[in-house]
Amino acid sequence: MKKYKWLVPTLYIIFLMLPIYWLINMSFKTTTEIINTYSLWPQKFTTENYVKIFTDSTWYMGYINSITYTVFNTVISVAAALPAAYAFSRYKFLGDKHLFFWLLTNRMAPPAVFALPFFQFYSSVNLFDTHIAVALSHCLFNIPLAVWILEGFMSAVPKELDETAYVDGYSFGRFFFKIFVPTIAAGIGITMFFCFMFSWVELLLAKTLTATAAKPIAATMTRTASTSGYELGLLAAAGTLTIIPGAIVIYFVKNYIAKGFAMGRV
Amino acid sequence: MSLELKNVEKKVGIDTHIHPTSLKLEKNTINVLLGSTLAGKTTLMQIMAGLDKPTSGEIWFDGKNVTGMKVQKRNCSMVYQQFINYPNYTVYENIASPLAITGVKDDEIKQRVGKVAELLKLSAMLNKKPDELSGGQQQRTALARALVKDSDLILLDEPLANLDFKLREELREELPKLFEDRDCIVVYATTEPSDALMIGGNTATLLEGKVIQYGKTLEVYNKPENLISAKVFSDPPMNIAEITKRGDNCKFTDNNVQWKSSAKIKDGTYKIGIRPHNITTYKEGNNSVEINGKVQISELSGSESLIHFTNGNLNWVSLSNGTQQKNVGEDTKLYMNTDEFLYFDQNNRLVNNG
Repeated sequence: MKKYKWLVPTLYIIFLMLPIYWLINMSFKTTTEIINTYSLWPQKFTTENYVKIFTDSTWYMGYINSITYTVFNTVISVAAALPAAYAFSRYKFLGDKHLFFWLLTNRMAPPAVFALPFFQFYSSVNLFDTHIAVALSHCLFNIPLAVWILEGFMSAVPKELDETAYVDGYSFGRFFFKIFVPTIAAGIGITMFFCFMFSWVELLLAKTLTATAAKPIAATMTRTASTSGYELGLLAAAGTLTIIPGAIVIYFVKNYIAKGFAMGRV
Repeated sequence: MSLELKNVEKKVGIDTHIHPTSLKLEKNTINVLLGSTLAGKTTLMQIMAGLDKPTSGEIWFDGKNVTGMKVQKRNCSMVYQQFINYPNYTVYENIASPLAITGVKDDEIKQRVGKVAELLKLSAMLNKKPDELSGGQQQRTALARALVKDSDLILLDEPLANLDFKLREELREELPKLFEDRDCIVVYATTEPSDALMIGGNTATLLEGKVIQYGKTLEVYNKPENLISAKVFSDPPMNIAEITKRGDNCKFTDNNVQWKSSAKIKDGTYKIGIRPHNITTYKEGNNSVEINGKVQISELSGSESLIHFTNGNLNWVSLSNGTQQKNVGEDTKLYMNTDEFLYFDQNNRLVNNG
């Protein structure tokens, strides 16, 4: 038995990696090859798909748009959640527990529910097809998540730290930014990661609230057919590139995430 | 310079955390707040520091009413039971922070931090982060931060409770020396009577949000005003029994043990408090009296032996020097030093201390 203990994890990883491999595989093939032949690796290796994405603005602007609203959203979410989470973790007020739970319930409604009101509202205030519109709409589910995660990290810091700082002469603001925020840096890192991730993968609201100027990459990608017919190789290349930002972010916060799991709030 | 609490009361919702309390702490004194957990020690300290406002009453410092004054404006420092340091700062920056925040010049900061660090044996660790230090060193850092500025009031909230035994002993000896030539009022909260005796100064015994007695530590220990104060200031717990006195003869109500007492008190029934170390397996003092006991538990700590025993309805603890091996269930003879008995009247007031 011992001899085969590598077997299960290996199979597991193979199954996990298979679709990703297939995506990357396709991205280096021509569309003709994808449609006409079955091959485990590219017969005629080509980087043409990637070149097209990086040179055609309808493609690469998709990435820029997506990254723009995702970064906006991450900053807004964390900035709004920091004081909120601090209040939840340090103060008692009427209905604090209910409010805290209610925040989480915001995540339970499917975004589709909000698509119509958001579309109508942002159109009427002239924010339709802007990055900020998408960033704000994603706050709907990212701020509650950020508050929830940050509150866990803040509550793990003893309130005696706050008191010691006040006794030492720190004002609240100075304490908060010079001591408290660095203390929970790991938590902020994880929160940013999750906000980034959820905003990056969200398609429905991003697609509904944009037309051309802020069109996300996922919307560009789901346009399966163009004037020249199906471009499967191109779509595969676009898909591969969409995975990369997430992979980079995960690489940077992987230690923090382990810490966050250990603290039981992720 | 003195810190005075005038009828300070703290209520949270319908719970009273601190009953109306008046205390006057003088300059250059160490004051111990002695009481079990939830006795209100921390609340009282937070009120003194200005971290918490009293529901009613006033706090006067140096002849000025400082009741509503912000904690940042008061010149005090605080050390907690948990080792509280700023985790993102090095030990040096930690100690320097109270000075840096008030705009002291860099040269002076360097010199003062160096001095305090040396005093607390932290010189070799100034460039480390707190989480790289041992518990004892972390607490030393916190102490150094409290000592580096010339605070008028230094509050120590069970600073040794989270340290292991050896470090606690070591730091406990050093502590009183650290405050010797400082112009400040030190308040030290602890649950352990032995801490209070070791530190000396003044002691206030607390129970359930009430200050029971305040005075010189030894006086509070030797002459507790009442039974509650005596109980708070006794570890292991004080042995209590009812007695009757006729002339010179005293006798336990529950059994036939009797002794002669020179106490100048009227005949009648009293309560008696005996500290565990006044009941021993050997004779001590000139007026010791024998008592039979059935051993319940016997704990040996090497230099001392704690024997829990019963006699009729009494369930008592004795503390003897040395290793006194007793078997559970064994009938044994113990000796009480009657000179050290504390006599309380029916209202629990001390009437005679041996």
